[in-house]
Amino acid sequence: MHPVIPYVIAALLFGIACYGVLVRRNAVLLLMAVELMLNAVNLVLVTADATIGATTGQVFTLFVIVLAAAEIGVALAIVLQLYRLRRSVVTDGIGVTDGPDSPDDSDATDQTAGDAATAGASDGPGSEPTTRSEVDA
Amino acid sequence: MTIADVLLLCLGAVATGAALLVVTTRHLVRAGLWLVVALGALAGCYLVLTAELIAWVQVLIYVGAVVVLLLFAMMLTRAPIGPSEDLDRTRWPGALVGSGVGGGLAALLIHAYRWSQVETPEAGTAERIGTEIFRAWVLPFEVLSVLLLAALVGAIVISRPDIGAGHQGRTTSHGDRRPIGINSDNGAGGEETPAAHRSDHPDRDGGEP
Repeated sequence: MHPVIPYVIAALLFGIACYGVLVRRNAVLLLMAVELMLNAVNLVLVTADATIGATTGQVFTLFVIVLAAAEIGVALAIVLQLYRLRRSVVTDGIGVTDGPDSPDDSDATDQTAGDAATAGASDGPGSEPTTRSEVDA
Repeated sequence: MTIADVLLLCLGAVATGAALLVVTTRHLVRAGLWLVVALGALAGCYLVLTAELIAWVQVLIYVGAVVVLLLFAMMLTRAPIGPSEDLDRTRWPGALVGSGVGGGLAALLIHAYRWSQVETPEAGTAERIGTEIFRAWVLPFEVLSVLLLAALVGAIVISRPDIGAGHQGRTTSHGDRRPIGINSDNGAGGEETPAAHRSDHPDRDGGEP
Protein backbone atom coordinates (compact mmCIF):
# COMPACT_ATOMS: atom_id res chain seq x y z
CA MET A 1 0.00 0.00 0.00
CA HIS A 2 1.34 3.42 -0.91
CA PRO A 3 0.46 5.95 1.80
CA VAL A 4 0.97 8.86 -0.56
CA ILE A 5 -2.36 8.15 -2.28
CA PRO A 6 -4.66 8.80 0.72
CA TYR A 7 -2.44 11.69 1.79
CA VAL A 8 -2.90 13.40 -1.55
CA ILE A 9 -6.63 12.71 -1.44
CA ALA A 10 -6.78 14.37 1.98
CA ALA A 11 -4.79 17.37 0.76
CA LEU A 12 -7.09 17.86 -2.23
CA LEU A 13 -10.17 17.52 -0.01
CA PHE A 14 -8.79 20.15 2.33
CA GLY A 15 -8.15 22.52 -0.56
CA ILE A 16 -11.66 22.02 -1.92
CA ALA A 17 -13.12 22.61 1.54
CA CYS A 18 -11.01 25.77 1.87
CA TYR A 19 -12.52 27.02 -1.37
CA GLY A 20 -15.98 26.22 -0.05
CA VAL A 21 -15.46 28.03 3.24
CA LEU A 22 -14.18 31.14 1.48
CA VAL A 23 -16.72 31.26 -1.34
CA ARG A 24 -20.04 30.10 0.05
CA ARG A 25 -22.37 32.73 1.45
CA ASN A 26 -25.03 30.44 2.85
CA ALA A 27 -24.24 29.49 6.45
CA VAL A 28 -25.41 25.90 6.07
CA LEU A 29 -23.21 25.36 3.01
CA LEU A 30 -20.35 26.89 4.97
CA LEU A 31 -20.87 24.29 7.67
CA MET A 32 -20.78 21.54 5.04
CA ALA A 33 -17.41 22.79 3.84
CA VAL A 34 -16.16 22.79 7.43
CA GLU A 35 -17.27 19.19 7.77
CA LEU A 36 -15.29 18.33 4.65
CA MET A 37 -12.23 19.96 6.20
CA LEU A 38 -12.57 17.90 9.36
CA ASN A 39 -12.89 14.77 7.25
CA ALA A 40 -9.72 15.58 5.36
CA VAL A 41 -7.90 15.84 8.68
CA ASN A 42 -9.41 12.53 9.78
CA LEU A 43 -8.12 10.87 6.65
CA VAL A 44 -4.63 12.16 7.38
CA LEU A 45 -4.81 10.78 10.92
CA VAL A 46 -6.00 7.36 9.80
CA THR A 47 -3.39 7.19 7.06
CA ALA A 48 -0.61 8.13 9.45
CA ASP A 49 -1.81 5.30 11.67
CA ALA A 50 -1.72 2.84 8.80
CA THR A 51 1.76 4.02 7.90
CA ILE A 52 3.32 3.25 11.26
CA GLY A 53 0.92 0.57 12.48
CA ALA A 54 -0.34 2.41 15.55
CA THR A 55 -3.86 3.11 16.85
CA THR A 56 -3.43 6.57 18.38
CA GLY A 57 -4.47 8.32 15.19
CA GLN A 58 -7.68 6.36 15.05
CA VAL A 59 -8.48 7.33 18.63
CA PHE A 60 -7.93 10.96 17.67
CA THR A 61 -10.17 10.47 14.66
CA LEU A 62 -12.92 9.29 16.98
CA PHE A 63 -12.38 12.38 19.13
CA VAL A 64 -12.56 14.63 16.08
CA ILE A 65 -15.80 12.99 14.98
CA VAL A 66 -17.34 13.61 18.40
CA LEU A 67 -16.13 17.21 18.35
CA ALA A 68 -17.68 17.63 14.91
CA ALA A 69 -21.00 16.36 16.22
CA ALA A 70 -20.90 18.84 19.11
CA GLU A 71 -19.86 21.64 16.75
CA ILE A 72 -22.64 20.96 14.30
CA GLY A 73 -25.23 21.03 17.10
CA VAL A 74 -24.15 24.43 18.41
CA ALA A 75 -23.60 25.82 14.92
CA LEU A 76 -27.08 24.85 13.80
CA ALA A 77 -28.59 26.51 16.85
CA ILE A 78 -26.69 29.68 15.94
CA VAL A 79 -27.78 29.43 12.30
CA LEU A 80 -31.42 29.05 13.27
CA GLN A 81 -31.15 32.02 15.62
CA LEU A 82 -29.61 34.04 12.78
CA TYR A 83 -32.49 33.02 10.56
CA ARG A 84 -34.95 34.17 13.21
CA LEU A 85 -33.27 37.55 13.43
CA ARG A 86 -32.72 38.20 9.74
CA ARG A 87 -34.95 35.87 7.78
CA SER A 88 -31.91 34.68 5.86
CA VAL A 89 -28.72 32.77 6.56
CA VAL A 90 -26.44 34.79 4.30
CA THR A 91 -23.17 35.37 6.12
CA ASP A 92 -22.37 38.70 4.50
CA GLY A 93 -22.50 41.81 6.61
CA ILE A 94 -23.12 40.34 10.02
CA GLY A 95 -21.52 42.90 12.29
CA VAL A 96 -19.81 41.83 15.47
CA THR A 97 -21.92 44.31 17.42
CA ASP A 98 -25.26 43.02 16.21
CA GLY A 99 -25.72 41.03 19.38
CA PRO A 100 -28.80 41.06 21.55
CA ASP A 101 -26.98 42.64 24.50
CA SER A 102 -27.76 46.30 24.25
CA PRO A 103 -28.47 47.84 27.67
CA ASP A 104 -32.09 48.57 26.85
CA ASP A 105 -32.75 44.96 26.16
CA SER A 106 -31.24 43.73 29.39
CA ASP A 107 -33.41 46.26 31.22
CA ALA A 108 -36.41 44.93 29.39
CA THR A 109 -35.44 41.42 30.37
CA ASP A 110 -35.23 42.29 34.03
CA GLN A 111 -38.47 44.21 33.85
CA THR A 112 -40.41 41.40 32.25
CA ALA A 113 -38.88 38.84 34.55
CA GLY A 114 -40.04 40.94 37.48
CA ASP A 115 -43.51 41.19 35.95
CA ALA A 116 -43.73 37.48 35.52
CA ALA A 117 -42.60 36.95 39.09
CA THR A 118 -45.17 39.31 40.53
CA ALA A 119 -47.87 37.83 38.37
CA GLY A 120 -46.89 34.40 39.61
CA ALA A 121 -46.93 35.58 43.22
CA SER A 122 -50.34 37.15 42.83
CA ASP A 123 -52.24 34.34 41.22
CA GLY A 124 -50.84 31.06 42.32
CA PRO A 125 -47.92 28.76 41.47
CA GLY A 126 -44.85 30.62 40.44
CA SER A 127 -44.12 28.63 37.32
CA GLU A 128 -47.56 29.01 35.79
CA PRO A 129 -47.31 32.39 34.04
CA THR A 130 -43.93 31.54 32.62
CA THR A 131 -45.12 28.35 31.03
CA ARG A 132 -48.18 30.05 29.62
CA SER A 133 -46.22 32.85 28.11
CA GLU A 134 -43.88 30.30 26.58
CA VAL A 135 -46.84 28.64 24.94
CA ASP A 136 -47.98 32.03 23.70
CA ALA A 137 -44.58 32.88 22.35
CA MET B 1 -0.08 -0.98 -7.53
CA THR B 2 -1.93 -3.35 -5.28
CA ILE B 3 -5.69 -3.79 -5.03
CA ALA B 4 -5.70 -1.47 -2.00
CA ASP B 5 -4.07 1.26 -4.07
CA VAL B 6 -6.60 0.92 -6.86
CA LEU B 7 -9.48 0.96 -4.41
CA LEU B 8 -8.06 4.02 -2.68
CA LEU B 9 -7.65 5.81 -6.00
CA CYS B 10 -11.23 5.07 -7.04
CA LEU B 11 -12.73 6.02 -3.67
CA GLY B 12 -10.56 9.12 -3.53
CA ALA B 13 -11.73 10.18 -6.97
CA VAL B 14 -15.35 9.73 -5.88
CA ALA B 15 -14.72 11.64 -2.63
CA THR B 16 -12.96 14.59 -4.24
CA GLY B 17 -15.48 14.77 -7.08
CA ALA B 18 -18.41 14.75 -4.69
CA ALA B 19 -16.66 17.32 -2.50
CA LEU B 20 -16.17 19.56 -5.54
CA LEU B 21 -19.87 19.29 -6.27
CA VAL B 22 -20.70 20.10 -2.63
CA VAL B 23 -18.85 23.40 -2.87
CA THR B 24 -19.94 24.30 -6.39
CA THR B 25 -23.53 23.13 -6.87
CA ARG B 26 -26.32 25.66 -7.01
CA HIS B 27 -28.90 23.42 -5.40
CA LEU B 28 -28.81 23.63 -1.62
CA VAL B 29 -30.36 20.25 -0.99
CA ARG B 30 -28.19 18.55 -3.60
CA ALA B 31 -25.12 19.88 -1.79
CA GLY B 32 -26.27 17.92 1.26
CA LEU B 33 -26.79 14.78 -0.78
CA TRP B 34 -23.38 15.08 -2.46
CA LEU B 35 -21.94 15.44 1.03
CA VAL B 36 -23.38 11.99 1.77
CA VAL B 37 -21.52 10.61 -1.26
CA ALA B 38 -18.25 12.25 -0.23
CA LEU B 39 -18.48 11.06 3.37
CA GLY B 40 -19.46 7.56 2.28
CA ALA B 41 -16.47 7.35 -0.06
CA LEU B 42 -14.25 8.49 2.81
CA ALA B 43 -15.71 5.73 4.98
CA GLY B 44 -14.69 3.35 2.21
CA CYS B 45 -11.17 4.80 2.34
CA TYR B 46 -11.04 4.13 6.07
CA LEU B 47 -12.08 0.55 5.44
CA VAL B 48 -9.32 0.07 2.87
CA LEU B 49 -6.88 1.56 5.39
CA THR B 50 -8.10 -1.14 7.83
CA ALA B 51 -9.66 1.32 10.26
CA GLU B 52 -12.95 -0.51 10.38
CA LEU B 53 -14.31 0.96 13.61
CA ILE B 54 -13.70 4.47 12.31
CA ALA B 55 -15.44 3.59 9.07
CA TRP B 56 -18.60 2.45 10.82
CA VAL B 57 -18.56 5.38 13.22
CA GLN B 58 -18.19 7.64 10.19
CA VAL B 59 -21.24 6.10 8.57
CA LEU B 60 -23.22 6.27 11.81
CA ILE B 61 -22.38 9.80 12.90
CA TYR B 62 -21.51 11.71 9.75
CA VAL B 63 -23.72 10.12 7.13
CA GLY B 64 -26.43 9.32 9.64
CA ALA B 65 -26.60 12.19 12.06
CA VAL B 66 -24.67 15.20 10.79
CA VAL B 67 -26.11 15.21 7.29
CA VAL B 68 -29.61 14.77 8.65
CA LEU B 69 -29.04 17.72 10.97
CA LEU B 70 -27.79 19.81 8.04
CA LEU B 71 -30.83 18.88 5.96
CA PHE B 72 -33.05 19.78 8.92
CA ALA B 73 -31.35 23.15 9.11
CA MET B 74 -32.01 23.71 5.42
CA MET B 75 -35.64 22.82 5.94
CA LEU B 76 -35.99 25.16 8.91
CA THR B 77 -34.31 28.03 7.08
CA ARG B 78 -36.64 27.58 4.10
CA ALA B 79 -34.02 26.60 1.57
CA PRO B 80 -35.38 26.93 -1.96
CA ILE B 81 -35.86 23.72 -3.91
CA GLY B 82 -34.59 24.95 -7.27
CA PRO B 83 -31.20 26.43 -8.12
CA SER B 84 -30.17 29.56 -6.26
CA GLU B 85 -28.05 32.14 -8.04
CA ASP B 86 -26.63 34.02 -5.07
CA LEU B 87 -24.89 31.23 -3.17
CA ASP B 88 -21.33 32.25 -4.00
CA ARG B 89 -19.17 35.28 -3.46
CA THR B 90 -16.55 36.33 -5.96
CA ARG B 91 -14.91 33.05 -6.82
CA TRP B 92 -11.33 33.78 -7.75
CA PRO B 93 -9.88 34.61 -4.29
CA GLY B 94 -11.38 31.44 -2.87
CA ALA B 95 -10.18 29.41 -5.82
CA LEU B 96 -6.71 30.88 -5.46
CA VAL B 97 -6.45 30.14 -1.75
CA GLY B 98 -8.10 26.74 -2.06
CA SER B 99 -5.89 25.53 -4.89
CA GLY B 100 -2.86 26.99 -3.14
CA VAL B 101 -3.61 25.18 0.10
CA GLY B 102 -4.55 21.92 -1.59
CA GLY B 103 -1.64 21.97 -4.02
CA GLY B 104 0.83 23.03 -1.36
CA LEU B 105 -0.21 20.32 1.06
CA ALA B 106 -0.22 17.72 -1.70
CA ALA B 107 3.26 18.76 -2.84
CA LEU B 108 4.54 18.63 0.74
CA LEU B 109 3.12 15.16 1.36
CA ILE B 110 4.32 13.82 -1.97
CA HIS B 111 7.77 15.19 -1.22
CA ALA B 112 7.70 13.56 2.22
CA TYR B 113 6.45 10.12 1.22
CA ARG B 114 7.47 9.69 -2.44
CA TRP B 115 6.32 6.29 -3.67
CA SER B 116 7.20 4.50 -0.47
CA GLN B 117 5.35 1.33 0.38
CA VAL B 118 4.14 0.06 3.75
CA GLU B 119 2.68 -3.22 4.86
CA THR B 120 -1.06 -3.40 5.28
CA PRO B 121 -1.45 -2.76 9.01
CA GLU B 122 -3.33 -4.81 11.55
CA ALA B 123 -7.05 -4.07 11.47
CA GLY B 124 -8.28 -1.33 13.79
CA THR B 125 -11.06 -3.33 15.34
CA ALA B 126 -13.28 -2.10 18.13
CA GLU B 127 -11.29 -4.22 20.56
CA ARG B 128 -7.96 -2.60 19.69
CA ILE B 129 -9.33 0.93 19.61
CA GLY B 130 -11.27 0.39 22.83
CA THR B 131 -8.18 -0.91 24.58
CA GLU B 132 -6.20 2.10 23.38
CA ILE B 133 -8.89 4.59 24.45
CA PHE B 134 -9.42 3.19 27.91
CA ARG B 135 -5.77 2.53 28.57
CA ALA B 136 -4.08 5.68 27.29
CA TRP B 137 -6.82 8.24 26.60
CA VAL B 138 -9.32 7.88 29.45
CA LEU B 139 -9.08 11.46 30.66
CA PRO B 140 -9.59 13.09 27.23
CA PHE B 141 -12.48 10.71 26.69
CA GLU B 142 -14.20 11.86 29.87
CA VAL B 143 -13.49 15.51 29.13
CA LEU B 144 -15.05 14.95 25.73
CA SER B 145 -18.24 13.67 27.31
CA VAL B 146 -18.42 16.79 29.47
CA LEU B 147 -17.87 18.87 26.34
CA LEU B 148 -20.74 17.12 24.59
CA LEU B 149 -23.01 17.89 27.52
CA ALA B 150 -21.90 21.53 27.50
CA ALA B 151 -22.51 21.77 23.77
CA LEU B 152 -25.99 20.33 24.19
CA VAL B 153 -26.88 22.78 26.93
CA GLY B 154 -25.39 25.62 24.93
CA ALA B 155 -27.41 24.70 21.87
CA ILE B 156 -30.60 24.72 23.95
CA VAL B 157 -29.78 28.08 25.52
CA ILE B 158 -29.01 29.62 22.13
CA SER B 159 -32.06 28.27 20.38
CA ARG B 160 -34.66 29.09 23.01
CA PRO B 161 -35.84 32.67 22.46
CA ASP B 162 -37.19 33.08 25.98
CA ILE B 163 -34.07 32.20 27.97
CA GLY B 164 -30.39 32.99 27.81
CA ALA B 165 -28.71 34.86 25.01
CA GLY B 166 -31.63 34.45 22.68
CA HIS B 167 -33.88 36.62 24.79
CA GLN B 168 -34.39 39.68 22.70
CA GLY B 169 -37.11 41.73 24.29
CA ARG B 170 -37.73 43.06 20.82
CA THR B 171 -40.53 45.42 21.58
CA THR B 172 -41.06 48.40 19.34
CA SER B 173 -40.07 50.87 22.04
CA HIS B 174 -36.50 49.57 22.03
CA GLY B 175 -36.26 49.45 18.30
CA ASP B 176 -34.27 52.64 17.96
CA ARG B 177 -31.18 51.13 19.57
CA ARG B 178 -31.11 48.25 17.15
CA PRO B 179 -28.89 48.26 14.05
CA ILE B 180 -30.66 48.48 10.77
CA GLY B 181 -31.38 45.15 9.24
CA ILE B 182 -32.41 43.24 12.31
CA ASN B 183 -35.90 44.49 12.83
CA SER B 184 -36.31 46.57 9.73
CA ASP B 185 -37.21 44.07 7.10
CA ASN B 186 -40.23 41.94 6.50
CA GLY B 187 -41.46 41.51 10.03
CA ALA B 188 -39.84 39.05 12.35
CA GLY B 189 -43.21 37.39 12.34
CA GLY B 190 -44.13 34.66 14.76
CA GLU B 191 -41.65 35.04 17.56
CA GLU B 192 -41.33 38.76 17.44
CA THR B 193 -42.02 39.80 21.00
CA PRO B 194 -41.98 37.21 23.69
CA ALA B 195 -41.36 40.11 26.06
CA ALA B 196 -44.47 41.86 24.85
CA HIS B 197 -46.47 38.77 25.57
CA ARG B 198 -45.01 38.63 28.98
CA SER B 199 -45.32 42.23 29.90
CA ASP B 200 -49.00 42.38 29.13
CA HIS B 201 -49.55 39.02 30.64
CA PRO B 202 -51.06 40.13 33.99
CA ASP B 203 -53.66 42.15 32.12
CA ARG B 204 -54.60 39.21 30.04
CA ASP B 205 -54.80 37.05 33.08
CA GLY B 206 -57.24 39.51 34.54
CA GLY B 207 -59.16 39.71 31.28
CA GLU B 208 -59.70 36.04 30.67
CA PRO B 209 -60.01 34.07 33.85
